[in-house]
Amino acid sequence: MITILIALLSGLVFGIGLILSQMANPAKVLSFLDITGSWDPSLAFVMLGAISIGMLAFTLARRRGQTYQGSPIQLPTSRVIDKRLVLGSLAFGIGWGLAGICPGPGLVLVGTGSLHGMVFVAAMLLGMAIFELLERYRARK
Amino acid sequence: MTIDWTHFTPGLALAGGMVIGIATALLLLLAGRIAGISGIVGGLFKLHKGDMGWRIAFITGLILAPWLWQLFNKLPPIQIDTSYAVLAIAGLIVGLGTRYGSGCTSGHGVCGLSRMSPRSAVATLTFMSTGVVTVYLIRHLLG
Repeated sequence: MITILIALLSGLVFGIGLILSQMANPAKVLSFLDITGSWDPSLAFVMLGAISIGMLAFTLARRRGQTYQGSPIQLPTSRVIDKRLVLGSLAFGIGWGLAGICPGPGLVLVGTGSLHGMVFVAAMLLGMAIFELLERYRARK
Repeated sequence: MTIDWTHFTPGLALAGGMVIGIATALLLLLAGRIAGISGIVGGLFKLHKGDMGWRIAFITGLILAPWLWQLFNKLPPIQIDTSYAVLAIAGLIVGLGTRYGSGCTSGHGVCGLSRMSPRSAVATLTFMSTGVVTVYLIRHLLG
């Protein structure tokens, strides 16, 4: 139960960060990616801010080995750089460049009541569902 | 390259980024989970019992954030000039791509780089590059 409340709080704070930084404004994201045009480098500072706190958190997590609730910390274990990682990220970048929306801001846009955001997120969910089906099909073969 | 100084907001961007970092730290140190949005959302489709609640709670938090913001302040401008058709295509590609690539801007970009994962560094460089190339093609070559 407490984990659910923490996740809710973390999602809220995360969303506030996305709004404050303007990462949830697709036009701003597209001007950040438009390095050959009239470039707005602001969003590089979002990464800088997030990573500065993130590094502290992950260092602490590694040192403690478990959460403050005493439960295990689940970190990704895969270390391979394979075709899936690169092609998947390649495709994600194309979608990001087309819309200026990535998954987090997409959900925040849904919360603003934006129909554009809803169309994006509905299609994204469909893409994720297709991935899951293809994975299951592959596992069965 | 020309820098758009009139829209340059490094202070707000840095502050917002730090708030995102705090959210990441909360989820990591109290719940033991990585705040990677595509992983959190995509994991729902695995339909594992007992692993759904925290995911739904986090997503609910993200969706409710604009509402919480508006209790205190007006939302900053949000501008979307992309057509519904292109948004639908983009969403589909983002959904598939982030799942095959095991992460997005938050999972690879923020969390992965914070823990200095080479995998995430490759992923982040890759999606940043194709993002830049896509915008270049649309705005300067085709548009």
